[in-house]
Amino acid sequence: MAEENTSQMKEEVPELAPFDPTKKKKKKKNVVIQDPADEVDKLAEKTENLTVAESGEPSFAGMKKKKKKPVETDFLNDENGETGEDVVDEQVGEDEEGEGIMLGGTTRYPWEGTDRDYKYEELLGRVFNILRENNPDLAGDRRRTVMRPPQVLREGTKKTVFVNFMDLCKTMHRQPEHVMTFLLAEMGTSGSLDGQQRLVVKGRFAPKNFEGILRRYVNEYVICNGCKSPDTILSKENRLFFLRCEQCGSARSVAPIKAGFVARVGRRKAGT
Amino acid sequence: MSALDAQLPTTFDPFAEANADDSGAGSKEYVHIRIQQRNGRKSLTTVQGLKKEFSYNKILKDLKKEFCCNGTVVQDPELGQVIQLQGDQRKNVSAFLVQAGIVKKEHIKIHGF
Ligand SMILES: [Zn+2]
Repeated sequence: MAEENTSQMKEEVPELAPFDPTKKKKKKKNVVIQDPADEVDKLAEKTENLTVAESGEPSFAGMKKKKKKPVETDFLNDENGETGEDVVDEQVGEDEEGEGIMLGGTTRYPWEGTDRDYKYEELLGRVFNILRENNPDLAGDRRRTVMRPPQVLREGTKKTVFVNFMDLCKTMHRQPEHVMTFLLAEMGTSGSLDGQQRLVVKGRFAPKNFEGILRRYVNEYVICNGCKSPDTILSKENRLFFLRCEQCGSARSVAPIKAGFVARVGRRKAGT
Repeated sequence: MSALDAQLPTTFDPFAEANADDSGAGSKEYVHIRIQQRNGRKSLTTVQGLKKEFSYNKILKDLKKEFCCNGTVVQDPELGQVIQLQGDQRKNVSAFLVQAGIVKKEHIKIHGF
């Protein structure tokens, strides 16, 4: 991954053209349904995309996770989701022949014909299989919303242009204004949308700066706490913001975005 | 009741998220540590929301000495006193405040990139 990352960097340095043809192709299907086996194969080409996985925290694949901040450590939890699924997957094969859910003639379950108690993992596998047969949506099969990494240009020396800002807002299904307010508040700066719907921000920022903030945005305002689905709606009711999940129906209130303290910088007279 | 509890396979606490401090709403009790860019590659760290009982100047003095940077306490009409430090001291400040027992780690919110 590290190698690819560097090669990708090299690519981008000489030509600052934000889109290369291969990326364009992928743009259309931002939400892809895939099974875990395919995923491994695709992972290589996917590395430049950042992904919001349904199970676990969103991960910006293709970017090095070298940040040491304690805040960031929870991104490593991704693996937890995987291991849980492995246990379940083991039993898929055994169960595929039988159609019915209840007792078939063949040995469908490892405990059949014996006296022993069921193991928790076995029952868990069973329940997931039933779920998969009858209601695949609920089984938490890998549906990934793939977000492309922020593309950033420098405008002059003091401004930064976030090129695919709109694109990412659409992927997250959030109002650009809301995302923009959050970004600007977090970066402690000012900015606006330009004629091409790009976000122009005062100050110098690297793509990974935007990425880090977007990641937090997704956690706070997009991902459902209950089922980790990014399929949510943010609405304002009685001056409070609520995040309602389309998958599991749970709702939670989210904090309004506050800019907080902004120090006066630059020429003294220019301040508020 | 307790017998039932013992049978539950996991110790999943459905209210864990509601109790967790980063659950969103209610940002009043947080200490916000922010970064702001100045000209060039210079930046500035602000600390907002420390309890009023603390002597800001004393804390500032220690911070300055600890991180070898300058800083001030500014008075904001809405937010009260805010500590400003030169440079990106976010991690330093957060570690310092926790270590000194001024703020609990879960009450610190670090902003910025
Ligand atoms: Zn949900």
